[in-house]
Amino acid sequence: MWKMKGLKDKEYVGFAALPNQLHRKSVKKGFDFTLMVAGESGLGKSTLINSLFLTNLYEDRQVPDASARTTQTLTIERRGVEIEEGGIKVKLTLVDTPGFGDSVDCSDCWLPVVRFIEEQFEQYLRDESGLNRKNIQDSRVHCCLYFISPFGRGLRPLDVAFLRAVHEKVNVIPVIGKADALMPRETQVLKQKIRDQLKEEEINIYQFPECDSDEDEEFKRQNEEMKGSIPFAVVGSCEVVRDGGTRPVRGRRYSWGTVEVENPHHCDFLNLRRMLVQTHLQDLKEVTHDLLYEGYRARCLQSLARPGARDRASRSKLSRQSATEIPLPMLPLADTEKLIREKDEELRRMQEMLEKMQAQMQQSQAQGEQSDSL
Amino acid sequence: MSKGLPEARTDAAMSELVPEPRPKPAVPMKPVSINSNLLGYIGIDTIIEQMRKKTMKTGFDFNIMVVGQSGLGKSTLVNTLFKSQVSRKASSWNREEKIPKTVEIKAIGHVIEEGGVKMKLTVIDTPGFGDQINNENCWEPIEKYINEQYEKFLKEEVNIARKKRIPDTRVHCCLYFISPTGHSLRPLDLEFMKHLSKVVNIIPVIAKADTMTLEEKSEFKQRVRKELEVNGIEFYPQKEFDEDLEDKTENDKIRQESMPFAVVGSDKEYQVNGKRVLGRKTPWGIIEVENLNHCEFALLRDFVIRTHLQDLKEVTHNIHYETYRAKRLNDNGGLPPNKKLCTSLKRSGEGFILKCWEQVSHRQLVLTSDPSTNWGCKSSSRTGG
Repeated sequence: MWKMKGLKDKEYVGFAALPNQLHRKSVKKGFDFTLMVAGESGLGKSTLINSLFLTNLYEDRQVPDASARTTQTLTIERRGVEIEEGGIKVKLTLVDTPGFGDSVDCSDCWLPVVRFIEEQFEQYLRDESGLNRKNIQDSRVHCCLYFISPFGRGLRPLDVAFLRAVHEKVNVIPVIGKADALMPRETQVLKQKIRDQLKEEEINIYQFPECDSDEDEEFKRQNEEMKGSIPFAVVGSCEVVRDGGTRPVRGRRYSWGTVEVENPHHCDFLNLRRMLVQTHLQDLKEVTHDLLYEGYRARCLQSLARPGARDRASRSKLSRQSATEIPLPMLPLADTEKLIREKDEELRRMQEMLEKMQAQMQQSQAQGEQSDSL
Repeated sequence: MSKGLPEARTDAAMSELVPEPRPKPAVPMKPVSINSNLLGYIGIDTIIEQMRKKTMKTGFDFNIMVVGQSGLGKSTLVNTLFKSQVSRKASSWNREEKIPKTVEIKAIGHVIEEGGVKMKLTVIDTPGFGDQINNENCWEPIEKYINEQYEKFLKEEVNIARKKRIPDTRVHCCLYFISPTGHSLRPLDLEFMKHLSKVVNIIPVIAKADTMTLEEKSEFKQRVRKELEVNGIEFYPQKEFDEDLEDKTENDKIRQESMPFAVVGSDKEYQVNGKRVLGRKTPWGIIEVENLNHCEFALLRDFVIRTHLQDLKEVTHNIHYETYRAKRLNDNGGLPPNKKLCTSLKRSGEGFILKCWEQVSHRQLVLTSDPSTNWGCKSSSRTGG
């Protein structure tokens, strides 16, 4: 039991124990987390996922050869795994997008991904509005790791197109795959180029929140450093390299040396793992729910009431409609329709008042002119 | 095919078309056998030295094209190959230029000299290839450019007053850069190589190979080789053009074990074991470009420059160019591309040259209907009535 300093027992209410209770409840309930990985094939996505969660999720994978990929369209694959650590169970769902960026003509190849994300939102919306809300399965995508090629000179047209299509529907964390292709200076230059391009194209990636003001300086500095290293330049490996005298490390052995995955001087793997898994898992879920899902819901419901009412979306960040918006299906929600109609009435009344005021102003102006000319 | 100069070859080919009787040699020729006992030293082996002197005086042309997605290190590799800044702006990583919307063809020429031999090197870059979202037919500008160079050469060849040395802008070698995904070729790679392996010598290379461990490298190479074979793509050195057993064994080894070469390029030097080497410095080690344990750049360089440079030019001239020429003449009904030339020849009374063209058209049936015509025996199929 927690005891507040200075309070005597009889003044102690006990709600300071609330976090403990929440903690116990959530441990019992377990965590759901859905992570999507996207990017061209051959950027080390599967290896990184296996490295992050120390599992082999891709055991049975068959990579098709080029002639097969010529005719393949993008598919969405889901893999689930339950990971337990320290008594806490995490039900991790991995969403993979094989075939992305493979074909000669990749126009609109991101549409199935966008549709998938929206389908999860739609499902949740339906569940939320349904009768039995006790056991809602949250299959919404909480985070999308987008892999950028280290061989290019920044974001490619396909990268930009994909990011613009999904950045307001899912938390995007850009990652540079196979970062051992780059020398340190090249990494810095590439990261800066990507950051500049993201700003230029107005792509909103997931913003790691500032740490609380009461944290110590060291922690704050670390946090700033981690945020500054976005996009993370990562190297993945599940193989342990045992070099003669040194301790065994996870890494990739080359003839000229060994890249250590968990060495912060070699790559940003540790940073990514810390930010994604250790500190921001919950925040990612919250942002998905509070911001992205709510945006989807608002758009969806408004388009239901009146197709033209789309443009009146109030949230500033989420009011921009992406060009690849897919027509939303009709949902049977009678009482929300009523609410929307009421709100529309209000808006109409306000518009009328505004027009009246404008007319009055014009009249008074005209009168003023008349009196001047006289 | 003797390893002679392409210019000499052209002259020889043209002279064979003229059906004038050869003057009988004063001394009857002895049948040549390998173990012939010469009564003394004649000195015909000095022909090699004479040819070498001629080459040094005239110098030679070499045109190399690089194709691949942006950022795969094409310019850096060419600069490393020829140890000079022959490809535009390769040293600065911070290239501010935008990716072009369509594939552009940019040819830059340099004259390099080594050991008294002058080489006019032209590097043809293809920015924009494979970089768009929709890359359908992005190889068409490249194919068009290659055929245009053949056309240019053909027009020059067909002229009455020909230049002594026809400027050779034909692409002798096309380095195709494969992205080191570690999985397999991409559909675009297959499409490009399928279309272009018939018109130009393609040498596939695996770019930025420092991202693959030894096992990954060999697995990837095997997979790529298999895919190329399954899709019927013949990269240089093509199996069908091996002249003799010696060539065949040498080329087989290269085809089946070394190619595609997994390369790393660099224009920066670092100190390793007291020597200055070209390489890439990373926190976990220095990758030496010319160290065979690190990458196969040295193999590529030796292959393209030190052993097969002349052969690349010959295959381009004798096979790819001839295929183009035959097709053009056939399309034109056996006449050279310049119809006016033919009628003017008739008028000028140089009827015998016209008769040659007629013979050629007569031979078109032989040339075009028999795709396996052994080009080495071209002389025999053209002489005679």
